[in-house]
Parts: sequence; structure tokens; C-alpha cells
Amino acid sequence: MQLTVWTYEGPPHVGAMRIATAMKGVHYVLHAPQGDTYADLLFTMIERRNHRPPVTYTTFQARDLGGDTAELFKRAAQDAYERFKPEVMLVGSSCTAELIQDDPGGLAKALALPIPVVALELPAYQKKENWGAAETFYQLVRTVAGPNAPAPGVERAPRADGARPSCNILGPTALGFRHRDDVTEIRGLLEKLGVDVRVVAPLDATPSDIARLGEADFNVVLYPEIAHTAATWLKRTFRQPMVTTIPIGVNATRDFIEEVCSVAGIGKADALEAQSRLPWYSRSVDSSYLTGKRVFIFGDASHAIAAARIASEELGFAVVGLGTYSREFARDVRAAAEKYGVEALISDDYLEVEQRIVELQPEMVLGTQMERHIAKRLGIACAVISAPVHVQDFPARYSPQMGFEGANVIFDSWVHPLMMGLEEHLLVLFRDDPEFHDDAKASHLASVEGTAERAPQAPAPTPDAIIVWNPDAETELKKIPFFVRGKARRNTESYAREQGLGTISVETLYDAKAHFGR
Amino acid sequence: MSASGAGAIAREGTGCPEPEILRQRGQREVFCGLTSIVWLHRKIPDAFFLVVGSRTCAHLIQSAAGVMIFAEPRFATAIIDERDLAGLADMNVELDRVVGQLLARRPDIRMLFLVGSCPSEVIKLDLSRAASRLSQIHMPQVRVVNYSGSGIETTFTQGEDTCLAALTEHLDTAPADERSLLVAGCLPDIVEDQFRRIFEELGIGPVQFLPPRSSLALPTVGRGTRVLFAQPFLGETAQALAKRGAQLLPAPFPFGAEGTALWLKAAADAWGIPDLEFRKAIAPRRERAQRALQHYRETLAGKRIFFFPDTQMEPSLARFLHRELGAELIEVGSPYLNRQLVDMDLAMLPPGVTISEGQDVEMQLDRCRAAQPDLVVCGLGLANPLEAEGITTKWAIELVFSPVHGFEQAGDLAELFARPLVRGQRLRV
Ligand code: SF4
Repeated sequence: MQLTVWTYEGPPHVGAMRIATAMKGVHYVLHAPQGDTYADLLFTMIERRNHRPPVTYTTFQARDLGGDTAELFKRAAQDAYERFKPEVMLVGSSCTAELIQDDPGGLAKALALPIPVVALELPAYQKKENWGAAETFYQLVRTVAGPNAPAPGVERAPRADGARPSCNILGPTALGFRHRDDVTEIRGLLEKLGVDVRVVAPLDATPSDIARLGEADFNVVLYPEIAHTAATWLKRTFRQPMVTTIPIGVNATRDFIEEVCSVAGIGKADALEAQSRLPWYSRSVDSSYLTGKRVFIFGDASHAIAAARIASEELGFAVVGLGTYSREFARDVRAAAEKYGVEALISDDYLEVEQRIVELQPEMVLGTQMERHIAKRLGIACAVISAPVHVQDFPARYSPQMGFEGANVIFDSWVHPLMMGLEEHLLVLFRDDPEFHDDAKASHLASVEGTAERAPQAPAPTPDAIIVWNPDAETELKKIPFFVRGKARRNTESYAREQGLGTISVETLYDAKAHFGR
Repeated sequence: MSASGAGAIAREGTGCPEPEILRQRGQREVFCGLTSIVWLHRKIPDAFFLVVGSRTCAHLIQSAAGVMIFAEPRFATAIIDERDLAGLADMNVELDRVVGQLLARRPDIRMLFLVGSCPSEVIKLDLSRAASRLSQIHMPQVRVVNYSGSGIETTFTQGEDTCLAALTEHLDTAPADERSLLVAGCLPDIVEDQFRRIFEELGIGPVQFLPPRSSLALPTVGRGTRVLFAQPFLGETAQALAKRGAQLLPAPFPFGAEGTALWLKAAADAWGIPDLEFRKAIAPRRERAQRALQHYRETLAGKRIFFFPDTQMEPSLARFLHRELGAELIEVGSPYLNRQLVDMDLAMLPPGVTISEGQDVEMQLDRCRAAQPDLVVCGLGLANPLEAEGITTKWAIELVFSPVHGFEQAGDLAELFARPLVRGQRLRV
């Protein structure tokens, strides 16, 4: 039993819903109690979809439990088939139905529907949303594309002379973080490279699209959290190589292009970077204040790893923390963290993440909507880089994360909150002027979402209470601009500890400053 | 249609023929009772709601609460995992550990609700025993109370009902000869205060509220207690209070000028206040409410309204929309019709309205599309898809989150229904 305040991922059947909802011609019959229908609102409200997710819930009640919940399931599946006439049906259990063990797969089979039925086994007390999405996509691909698989051992025929290379894009789903725009961006990039995109799946794909996945020369795995399992199976079964570089950031996009070209056996196209502005913007003198900004990064594994690389190589930040809630990809995140000399935080405990941020006192948080709230409470600049998503993560305008345009978007969306941070600094400087009253707030902090229940915490109390700041030193510290104050406090304290000092005076403060530089 | 003659209408309501009810059993598109934690926890600031359930339950509350504005909200989920199910961990020991961990973090908590879910009920985890065991450990610091918010037992607002019913068992007994008024059902503090002032002016009292604003100040209940229900979904609470000897005062619910007048009148009658005196006392507020409603009459009069079942408030709200704003009703759906509580409202509905109980969402959508109503009141899962089909909607959930009871909120309540229609008229894109 685990005490959980907020969760990064929903249950695995919500992952299955993300696949079903992304596609056309698929219907999901879910054995679940009525309250589980809440999941519809994720799609209709957060993502503003104009259709209900293609999901039928059996909504069994306590009084059905003594009777025949299996019969209820069969009726629901039969009715759903007749009403929606899907090309493929997914069936499965939510957490509660898993406990009553009705076996939706077997029951659906007994109905002998004239369409493929994919029975999903998604252990709800063990696995989570992304795993559920990956497993569902894999099962669907296996069931629908499987019959077209070449005999084992048969090699892929080489591409016909003069034919353009082709690929599939795998991984984008409903309720994904910027998936819609990423697909547009990467499809455009691939086409400029001379690669045809055959199928994008699961987003907007039909079962017939899935059936012909094997036709393309290779697969581009944009979101490994969703598509890695399926792509691995395709590689094994259809001998389709996969491109696994995730093109988030300028350098990663360059690497992606290189990988695509080598897998497709083609030369690089020119002028791909014509619209890429991040490199120059980052070099322009105006950006010099970004140097060494201490950032804490948390999200799904792919987005967190990509963000760390951009932060460090392309914006000149210092990565002080890196973590993920995707345990399935913990190894990759640990390896990345090692590169930046930090210890990876692998956790889906929101309170633990908050604790780490409080301890590290970063100047910026790159995280999910959950970290945005933490950062807001602590008064730290923040940009959102990953799911779980919020209605704000589905902007009306085009705003991909991937490719060169994605990097431009990232530059703007990360630098913007820091600029606002500077504005806040000016407010502090002019605090005593008559135009400002004491509780004037920076405009972006004006609360639109009500007030936090708990008063914002003072950043990081000294871990060991042995070190005391004397009043003069404390006053001096307050004169330091707020955005470096946390760092000054931390440096001074660690300096004092090193020197074995119990009290910090004004002199200690400046000694420490000289010791650490900046 | 006019809202005069409060007393007469209330009497009329009781002798009506049985309305015909369409009972449906198919897919229900409703929240479970856990959802009510979202407003209950705000009402009792020293209480904590611990759901014993699955990741789904945690995700539901988080999604229904919308934005996470709280660092540490006063609700959480003890997520059952495979170790618990496989019997590798003793679930009661685990629960005690989680509760200990929680209470250590939150020394400000005085009452802990252990909220049952579908998984905890299917595996027959005895949370009521756990609650008494934990109470013994943590009293007098923290009282532990158990109720069910599961989707197999409760629908949306019924979670408040099961919560208040459980709380009723913890109320001290009031002396039998002590007459007092108990208002049952969560009301925003501001609305509570308005009612308190009116009762005071009328000389009705002492007045207590369930749930209370602090878990250290629970109301008392006994044979002298008269209960007015602020919400129609409190069937179990009504039974629990009756068992404690309280006497229920039947009334329509306090939505709109007329509804509020009739509701107050039930208490006034119980206190033997002469009709004329009562009317005089409430007249200024009632007229003010009618003036406020006037703004929205034009927008809502003649509009054809269709209610999907969500909150059990539907018959009462339909009555308000029809009688006080002139709206036309097509279908009034409710997840459950608690006849003891909503009969008077049902009786005030015009003939020819389809009243439906339970749901088969696909069939109901078919009926809705066929009727092409001007406004559909429905849940969050259906709203945007219906809007995309050109049907204007109002979210039912807002009706439980916003202050809508009483004279001073009558206009606000009308505005909630009018806003989507006004918006539709404004938009030119
Ligand atoms: S319906 Fe049951 S399983 Fe689903 S969220 Fe509600 S209590 Fe939890």
C-alpha cells in the first residue's frame, strides 16, 4: 500500500484508452464500474476532443456482483459492436474488474464477432498508464499486422532502384505532450530528406494502416514510452530497422537526421536548418545571463533526457538535478544523469520530487504540470517539458517540441519565464519606491488559480542546525538579488561547514563569495 | 408560473398522481462517490479524506479536482498494490502504517475519513473495523470515520450522502425536549451564514449544520431535532438521522426564490410561525431574488432543456428553471430518484416531461439528439462532444461547486444556465 497524493500516470487502462482514442475504427470495451467513466473527460476536456473516446464501459454495480457480471460484459460488447461497427475491438478490465476475474478476452471470443478482438491483460495493481499504452499498441500491431508477416528467416527484399525510402512514425497518441505538432514537424523533416512517411500510428491511424506497417523500410520511434515494444516486435518480425534518436533540441535533431540518412541509405539534404534560430539566439549577447543557470529537470524519460541535453549544450545551463517517473526507462535516465554529474531521481512520489527541488534550490524547473505547481509555490521559474498534461499543453497555435522549429519553441518557452524572473528582480530593486507597495507581485505570479493551501515554504532550511547566521550577515544576504540569493546562502553554508565555522558573519559571506566565484 | 403563494403550492405537491418514470439500465456516464471529496474536504478544514483504493481512484480525484493547486491537499489515496493482493503484506497492518505516516505529516488533522472504493469493497477489506481500530489508536487527537465512495455503491453526490450518514453515527445525542433545527448538506459558508441570519430573524433556532465547519464542533441530534435538507441526494443521511429520532421537514429544495421560500416555510411551520409574519419577514429578500432572476428570464424563457443524470439535483433544478424562468423541460434525468426527498419537486414539474432514472448513455444521447434541445445539462465527458454537434451544454459539476442555494444566489444559479446560451449568441466565429 502506498500513500499517494498526486499521480504522474493514470492506471494502465487509461493508456489503452489513449491508443483507442488516437485511432479510427477501433472500439474499446472496458469492464469497469461507473466512476471509471471519468477518464472520458481527460480527452474531451483536457485535449478538447470533439468526440467521446471510443470506449464502452460495462458500469457494473454492487448488485450485479452477486449476479452475472460476465453476462453484462457480453451484452455490452455485443451492443458496442452493433452500434459502432468498429474494424477492431479491444477488450479488457479496469482495476476493479481485474479482481472479479471475468476474463473479458474469453467472453468476447465466445461472441464470435466478425472482427479481430484484442484481449488486453493490463495488471492494474502493478503497471501504469504508459506501460498500458505500450502494451496495447503492441498487442494491436501484433494482431493486425501479424498476419502479413514474412515467414521467419526470410530477409527483407532490398529497396527497388530509384524508389524513395519510406518509414512509419510510431508513438504519437491521444493526450500526448505536443504529439500533434511533433508529427507535423517530423513528417515535414522526413519529406525534405526524401523519405516517404507511409503510416503514422497510433495517432489518426486505422486498423488497415496498422495492417500495412510492414511495408515501410524502417520505423521512426518518436515516443519510446509508447512505441518501443511494438517497434521491437516489428524489427524482429518484419526486419524493419528502427530510428531511435529523439529529435528534441538542435543537436538531437542533427543526430536524428544523420541516423535517418544512414538507415535510409541517402545523403543529407541542404538548408534543413534555415529556420533554426536557437543557435544564434543562444549566442546573442542578450542570452549571456542564461549562463550557468541551475536547472532541475523532471518528466518522462525521453523528454527529461532531451531537456538535459538542450539545457547543457544549447543554452549553457547547469543541470543540477535530473529525474523521471518512468521506472521502465530508469536505466537511460541514470546514464544521462551520470553525464551531468548528478544523481538521478527515479520516483513517482510527488512529495519526494518536491523535497528534492526544495533541497537543490534550482533557478529554474523544467518539469511536468506537477512541478510547475511546486515551482510556483517556491517562486522558481518553470517551463513544462513533458506529460502529464494539462489543458494548457494543447495550445491553439502550432508549437512542436521536436525538430528545428521545436527547438525554437523550446528556446522561447524556457527563456520567457526567466525573463519574467528578471522583471521580478527589478520589482525587488524598486520595492521601496513609492510606486510600489510592499506586496506588489510580478504579473505572472498573480494567482489565477486560487491560493495554495499551505503557505509557501521558505526555501530550504539549513540541513544541520549547527550553522547560525548572525543578524548582520542575514541582512547582507537580503541585499543580494533574490535570484542568486539561494545560491549565495548555500555556498556560504557549505563554505562555513568546510571551514568548521559555527557562525556566519558578513566576512564569511564574502570569503565564500571569493572562494566560489560568481 | 409566478412564485407567489408559497404555502399553497407545497400542499398541492403532496397529492399529485405518480409521475411516469423511465427507468434505464445500461452504461452510466457518471462519476463515483469519491468525487464528492473535492468539495467535502473544503467544507471541513480539519478533516482528511484517505481513499483506500487503486491508482484509478487516485487519478479520478485528481482529474475531477482539475488543477492541482494544493501542495498537500487534504485528500490522498492509499493505493493497494500487488503485494497487498497476493497476501504478501497484511493489508490492515499496511493501512495502519499509511495512516500513521499521514497523521505524522499532518498534525493539524482532527478527523480522518477512511473512504472505501470499488477495489476495497470487492476484496472485502473491512474499513469500518479498521476505522474503529485506528480511532482507538489515535483518539482523542484524531477521530477515524469510514464511509463508501465506491462506484459500485455510489454515484457522484451520493459520496456526500454516505459521508454524512457515517458522520451521523458520531453525533452526540441532544436532550429529547430540546427543539433545534439541523440543516443537512454541504453549503458554502457564505450561504450558511445567510440562512443563519434568516432563521434568527424568524426566531427559529438553535440552528446547526451538517457537516460542521470544524470536526471538533459536531452538531447534536435527538428527538427534538428538525431536519431541513439542503440537497436532494441525502437519502441515507435522512435515514440515519431519522434513526436518531430526528424529524424530517419535507420541502422542495432551496433553489430560486420560490424554492427557497418553500424551504424556509417548512421550518417556519414547524416553529409555528404565522404565515403572514413569515411572508413579511422574507419578503424583502424574496423580492430581491425575483429581481435578480428577472435578468435571465428573457434568455431562458421558452428554452428547451435536457438533463443528463449526474447530481440527483436535476428534478429540483428543473422545477426552478420551469417555474421561475419559464424554461421548457424535455427530459429530466437523475441517477437515482430519492422519492422521500424529491417528491415535492417532482410534483411541481409540468406534465409531459420525461423523467428518467438511471442511464443508458447511448440511448439517452439518441433521445437528446432527436430532441435537439437548446441546452443540455451534462457531465464533463459529454459536454464538448455535444457542443461539437452544435448542442449547447452546461456542466453539471459546476452546480455542486458553486454557491447556488438561497435567495441571494438565485440570480447566480440562473446565470449558470444562461451563460452558455448568451455565449452562443455572442460568438460570431
Ligand atoms: S469507480 Fe471505483 S475504482 Fe473507479 S475511481 Fe471510483 S471508487 Fe475507484
